[in-house]
Amino acid sequence: MAKPERARDEAAVAGREPSAAALLEVSDLRVNYGAVAAIRGVNLSVTAGEVVALLGANGAGKSTMLRTISGLSRPRTGRIALEGEAIHRLPPARIVRLGIAHCPEGRRVFGSLTVAENLRLGAAARADRSGMAEDRERIYAMFPILSERMTQAAGTLSGGEQQMLALGRALMARPRVLLLDEPSLGLAPLLVQQIFRTLAELKAGGVTMLLVEQNINLALDLADRAYVLRTGEVSLAGSAAELKADYEAVAAAYLGARP
Amino acid sequence: MSTELYIAQQIINAVSLGSLYALVAIGLSMIFGILRMTNFAHGDMMMVGAFGTLVLQFMNLGFGWAVLGGIGIGALAGVVVERVAYRPVRGAPEVTLLLTSLAVTYILENLGILIFTSSAQNFPLPEWMDSAFQLFDGQITFTQINLMTVALTAVALGALGWFVTRTDIGLGMRAAAEDMGAANLVGLDVNRLIVVAFAIASGFAGLAGILWAAQAGVVEPHMGFTPLLKAFVAAIIGGFGSIAGALIGGYLLGALEVFIVAFLPSEISPYRDAIVFILLIGFLLFRPNGLLKRSQEVKL
Repeated sequence: MAKPERARDEAAVAGREPSAAALLEVSDLRVNYGAVAAIRGVNLSVTAGEVVALLGANGAGKSTMLRTISGLSRPRTGRIALEGEAIHRLPPARIVRLGIAHCPEGRRVFGSLTVAENLRLGAAARADRSGMAEDRERIYAMFPILSERMTQAAGTLSGGEQQMLALGRALMARPRVLLLDEPSLGLAPLLVQQIFRTLAELKAGGVTMLLVEQNINLALDLADRAYVLRTGEVSLAGSAAELKADYEAVAAAYLGARP
Repeated sequence: MSTELYIAQQIINAVSLGSLYALVAIGLSMIFGILRMTNFAHGDMMMVGAFGTLVLQFMNLGFGWAVLGGIGIGALAGVVVERVAYRPVRGAPEVTLLLTSLAVTYILENLGILIFTSSAQNFPLPEWMDSAFQLFDGQITFTQINLMTVALTAVALGALGWFVTRTDIGLGMRAAAEDMGAANLVGLDVNRLIVVAFAIASGFAGLAGILWAAQAGVVEPHMGFTPLLKAFVAAIIGGFGSIAGALIGGYLLGALEVFIVAFLPSEISPYRDAIVFILLIGFLLFRPNGLLKRSQEVKL
């Protein structure tokens, strides 16, 4: 279709999903924070090898969505499935073991541990521990600065280096789906470029990602498809190319205006 | 008596006392670091370890095995208390955790009174333990117990240092103490980390209890109270939640107490604890987070 479709009801969006082939599938998810409904009936799916962007204004429910997939928040109703297996009742450690790694907002590296120790813990939940050394070397090759700072406490790294480390730590789990929460947050433009170049390389290497990002242009350049969330609902969904071609629709989906 | 030798004697005393404080404070700090819970029952693990050793000695086990067994019983008690009392209230408000640990204290101490009565029991030592070394014509004295205290503490601390820097679980414990949410996210099994933390902390307290009883010559159900209070001070000086901080705080406090008695006029000695607490308050005014702790951000 040429124009992105505005989701007026959830069923229309759900009907568009390639649900049979989905690696990660979220259906009719509702999450409350206390009395506040943070996610109100969201359907979304990520196919293997795909990069899907989750856009939306602050408080739209993007981070809550990632936290719920990771098991840090519990859904009130709905289902989250990895390759058809329900995961939304599992503890976070089990979810990581099944192959979902979460690179959280604000990086959250372990500041008193060294760079090498942070990477090591990234692989702590990994079922298959063979190939860990190669993965570590790959991450050091990806971010040479990390190998220089291997024995340094992570808390002494710059923001950009910490973001690299957070990304490397998540990759050490050798995830089947990588959840990225605002990887560009608080970074200088050059560093943002570097991070997104790396993400593009990872994508070319076949890493499946669900990306939350404030920077719409960057997100849509990287992603294959995107969802826009507004106040806990999907207000727009479509291919990245479609959304890029129709900024008006994206803006309307962010702000809630209906032209 | 020469001044140098007098000072050397006081340093020996300070290291010996500091070792005990450090052993108890580290466990207290470790559990607080991970659970954000002040475990009042921590001092009772000293009593459990000491009574455990006592009972094992009555069962004709050699002293060395009885000590190892006592440490093991202390560790086991910590794990059981965590499972039965603390896990069900995990995530509850701090006041709930605090009251739960106070309740555990009362239960354990009354259990101790029921089994062993409230009067102090003699804590038998093998003859070789009950001796002292004298150097420089008796100007420096240290007991076999002093020596054992320092040596066993060094071994325990060395093993702990290795554990928290070289093993996944040890690194995980430090990671969880720093950021529980992120520890969950990287897939660390937090329940297992907590069990291991309780086992180590309580085992250390058990060892401290045995050494304490060996020095006092007696063991009684309330024996953990004063050392717990001192360990609190030590952990807070170092930065509550930091293992290295508790270690430094323990030795600092030991030195402070010994030196106050040794070097200040003897009229002041009875006020030793008061002076320590005044210094603590003064210290906290300047460094509310302790020596080693960075200020805490609120993390969501």
